[in-house]
This record gives sequence, structure tokens and C-alpha cells, in this order.
Amino acid sequence: MIAKDLVRKQRRWLIGLLGLIAVTAVVSMGLGYASLSFDRLIPTLLGQGTFKEEFVLLKIRLPRIAITLLAGMALALSGAILQGITRNELADPGIIGINSGAGVAVTLYYIFFPIDAGVFIYLVPVVAFIGALAAAILIWLAAYRRGSGLHPLRLVLIGAGSSIALSGLMIVLISSVDRFKVDFIAKWLAGSIWGADWPFVLALLPWLVALVPFVLLRAHRLNLLELGEPEAIGLGVPLTRERVWLLLAAVALAAAAVSVTGGIAFVGLMAPHIAKRLVGPRHQLSIPIALLIGGWLLLVADTIGRNAAEPEGIAAGTMAALIGAPYFLYLLMRK
Amino acid sequence: MKPLGRPRRAAFGWTMAASLAVMAGMFVVSLMYGAADIPFHDVWRALFSREVNDQILIIREIRLPREIAAMVVGAALAAAGGIMQGMTRNPLADPGLLGITAGANLALAVGFAFFPALGYFGMTVAGSIGAALGMLLVLGLGASRRDGWSPIRLVLAGSSVSFFLYALAEAIGIAFKVSKDVSMWTAGGIMGTTWRQLGVVVPVVAAGLIAAMLYARQLTALSLSEEVATGLGQRTALVKAALSCVVILLAGVSVALVGNMAFIGLMVPHIARALVGTDYRRVLPMAAVAGATLLLLADTLARTIGKPYEVPTAAIIAVLGIPFFLLIARRGGGRS
Repeated sequence: MIAKDLVRKQRRWLIGLLGLIAVTAVVSMGLGYASLSFDRLIPTLLGQGTFKEEFVLLKIRLPRIAITLLAGMALALSGAILQGITRNELADPGIIGINSGAGVAVTLYYIFFPIDAGVFIYLVPVVAFIGALAAAILIWLAAYRRGSGLHPLRLVLIGAGSSIALSGLMIVLISSVDRFKVDFIAKWLAGSIWGADWPFVLALLPWLVALVPFVLLRAHRLNLLELGEPEAIGLGVPLTRERVWLLLAAVALAAAAVSVTGGIAFVGLMAPHIAKRLVGPRHQLSIPIALLIGGWLLLVADTIGRNAAEPEGIAAGTMAALIGAPYFLYLLMRK
Repeated sequence: MKPLGRPRRAAFGWTMAASLAVMAGMFVVSLMYGAADIPFHDVWRALFSREVNDQILIIREIRLPREIAAMVVGAALAAAGGIMQGMTRNPLADPGLLGITAGANLALAVGFAFFPALGYFGMTVAGSIGAALGMLLVLGLGASRRDGWSPIRLVLAGSSVSFFLYALAEAIGIAFKVSKDVSMWTAGGIMGTTWRQLGVVVPVVAAGLIAAMLYARQLTALSLSEEVATGLGQRTALVKAALSCVVILLAGVSVALVGNMAFIGLMVPHIARALVGTDYRRVLPMAAVAGATLLLLADTLARTIGKPYEVPTAAIIAVLGIPFFLLIARRGGGRS
């Protein structure tokens, strides 16, 4: 049983965060390279704006806001799952190398097929998923040791090393094929939101719609897994099967997110932590909060980055690292 | 530190001679292959005669400074990595992983943004200062716990500090519109090294390597344990400070010349120890030669894989380095 006042507290945070996201989104709509004043937002949304206003808001800003929110949520959920199943508070899809695996697959795909907003867009998350899964399996195998199991720090270390090497591989691949595509990979590595268009939103949305309920239904087992292997087995959790399903979900979420946003680390690390700080360790309560915090964090990072330097802006991934790396250090020091 | 028996010493001599021969061979190969393949006799004439033609000019003005830079940087990074591994007794230590290169990178960005008139020598100095700050930051964080940090934890701290410093450098680069200058400087790699740059870098690296050799004996004691070093009458704090200065010098000028090169400093000392044992008087020269050879190889690959374009050398090193990293992380970094 979960205490009533805890549930009420979580509801309050949910509402508060939704409000925060709404405010941030409105601010984000009004800020940017092309001017669009705040008092024109509502008329433009209702279809009474000039052509330019409608174009800026509906074709540029709104899809970008939607993408950042969704990607932030996916990364947060992925991080929450990874932290749960590896019992490792430093886990994050970017830090442990899953993002780079997706990146290598997307690079290969990009070399052989032109990426434009057509049919192929919907395949990109699938391709990214395959790459991310391969990387996840590889890293898991390298970090797993019979007897002592999955050592948390070793997992992070091997993931971090692999992610450097896989980034190197991406650059080698792309620059040996096409000099002019190097720019795309450089942007991808920095984590700049490159797929800010409605088809990309549609490519990302189904993954979240399917996987968020899936993970929430398993929240209870995630709680048990986090207790430890003997405890989870004792309470009747089919350990390997649960882990595999949850890992697949985490990989799919991260892959879907980074396939349109580029490599963004640390969001998946911070969001679940902050959520647990706010409402306690139960995943039923903390996951919805983590989702909202993840979306909000990435939206804030991108809004600041987009406006900090004209015209191309600072990549969202760079902003996320500026905020997230000190947080990671803090966690590392505290233990 | 008694001199080892005669057979081992002779074996070391042979190993060293063989490595030098391999390095020389690699040097010639690297001069021959690239966007334009140049036959051996032209390479020969470029090096040992006063004749002039197009091929010879390519070698003298473009390839020769570049390959010398590759050797110098490879040797410097490998020696720096070896010193760090011995000093911290951490098999995973590497200038690229412990915040040094990221610190130098940030210093370059700051230099270009706020002091654009520094010039080549000034930027090199700035890079070294940045390298020092990056390393002090990571080691300081590591020393903040009384029980000291495990190898793995230190590397993780280093990688997140690096993450942060790189992000900061990039933000500064974009905000002040100098990212092109910074990436021309760092991502350009070994490409476009001039004789003038070598005139600054070579003496510094040579001095650093000599200083490293002077302290190699103390380093060997230190690599066993703090107690052994103290027991042998060593003033460990002093030696550590001196060695740190050497590392910063070597890594700092390397980054200023070619940008970020992770993994060389990690891999090469392990190879060197496998070949010549654990005495740093042997490990350091061996590492320097092997590092030079490895970077020559990587640079030649970088120029030939996608000719006539170049693949970044750092990317090649990263790909070569990862199996190594995984192996060492699995085997050596086990305790936490």
C-alpha cells in the first residue's frame, strides 16, 4: 500500500510540473532567431496570423518543442529503467554507450540512404534500435562477470570507453565515404536537434505511446529488481526474463529519442534522480514525475542553447552536458 | 634498483633496436603513401640530396614536418601516459581520459575568444596551462576522499570532467564565433604542421622526455607503492610534483599541436611493459618509440583510407584503442 499523502504529494508535483512545462513551452515559442511577439501567439495558433508568423510557429518552433519534450521523456524513462535493472545510480543511455551504438547504425543508414522527411524517416528509429541493442548487448557482456554479476562502476566505465570509440568509428565511417556528410555527424555527436519537423514527431510518438504504459505496468517488478537479485528471486520475479524485457524497452526508448535528436547524455541520469528525491523510490510514483522532468530539462536546455548564440545556436546535448556533468560528479563523490 | 642481469639487459637492447628499426620503417612508409604516392627513390632523394622536383617538395614541405609531428606527439603522449599510470598506480590512466586534453581544449577556446592576438607560441602556452588545470581538477577531486579513489572511479571522474570542459569549450566557441578557429586548431590533427611549429614543440617534448628519464628510477619505486618509495628515501610529494609537471608539459604541447588524442597514452605503456618489464627506465623509452610508431601508423591510415580526403587520426586511434581499453578494464580495473 502506498500512503495517501504520498500519492497526493505526487499529484501536486505532477500538476506543478505540467504547469512548468506549459510556461516553458510558451516562452520557447516566443523566443528565437525570427521574431514572433508573445501577444501574437494565440491569434497565430487560432489561424489568424500572417503567413510568416504561421510558418515560424507551426513549421519551426512547435515541432521542435514537441520533439524536445518527447525525446527528453524517452531518455528519462530509459535512464530510470537502466538505473533500476542495473542497480546503478550512474546509469544513463548516453553515458553507458547505448546512444553511440544507435549513432553508428544511423550513420551507416545515412551513408547508404538519403535521409529526408519521407518514408525512410519512420525506419530511422528501427535502425537506431538495432544498433543500440547491439551496443547494449556488447557492453553488458563485457561488464558481466560470472559470480560477481554486473558490477555497476565497471558497466559505466566500459560504456564510457565504448562510447568514445563508437564516436570515433562514426567519424571514420562517414569521412571515408563522403566528406560533406561529416558535418551531419559532428552535429549528431554534439546532440543538436536535427529532426525538428512534424514527420519526426510522428516517428517518435508511437514508441512512447507503446512503451510508457508497458513500463508503468512493470513498475512494481522494477521496484523488486532494485532490491537485489536474491530478494527479487525470493519474491518470485522471473529475473532474466524481466531484465531482458525491461532492457529492450530502455534501449528502444533511447534509440528512438537519439535517432532524431543526436547523442544527448545526462538527461536520463538526472531526471529519475530528481524524481526520486521528490516522491520517493517507488517507480509507480517516480516514473511519471521523471518523464515530465526529462521533457522539461531538455526543453529548457534546447531553448537556452537555441537562443544563446545566433544563428545556429548551442546544441541541446552540449547544454545538457553543462548541467549534467557536475551532477554526475556530485553523485560520484557522494558514494 | 640494482642493474638487472646481463641476459635481460642484452634482451632489452635487442628489443629496443628492433623497435627503432620498425619505427624507421614506418617513417619511410608514411612518407611514401598518401594522397599522392611517392616512389621510394624520391623519398630517399628528398631526405639526402639537394635536388628539387614536385614529389620532393611534397615530402619536404608537407609530409616531413607532419610525420615528425606524429612521432613527437606519439612519443610525448605515450610517455605521459606511462608516467601517469606509474604515478597513480592506475592501469587506466591516460591524458585523454583524465581531463588533460579537455582542459587544453578549453584553454584554446578561451584564448581564441578573449586573447586572439596570442600567436602560435602563446596558444601553446595557454594549452599547457589549460592541461594543468584540467589535470589538477580531476586529481583534486580524486584526492578529496581520504581513502583515495579506485582506478575506475578516478577515470569516471575524469571522463565527466572532460565532458563538462568540452561542452564549455564548445559553448564558448559558438558564443564567441571562434569554434571554427578552435576546431581548425584541434580537429585538424597532424595535418598542416609547419616547420615553425615544430621549432617550438620539438625542444619542449625533448626536454620533457629527458626529465622523465631522470625521474624514471623514482617512478619505478613509486609504481610499486607509496611505502616502498618512502622506504627507499624518496620525498614522494616532491617527485610526484615533478612528474606531474612533466606530464602536463608533454600532454599540453601535444594537444596544442594536434588536438585531442585519447587512448595512445593508455595503450602504449601496456604494450611497452609487456615487451620490457616493469622498470620504468626501460618502459619509458620503449613507450616513446612505440607511441611514435603507432601514431605514424594511424596517420598513414588516416591519409590512405579515404584518399584524397583525410579521416581524423584521433578517430582511427579510438577505433584501434577500444579492444585494448575493454581488455584492461576487464582485467585490471576490477577492484572498486
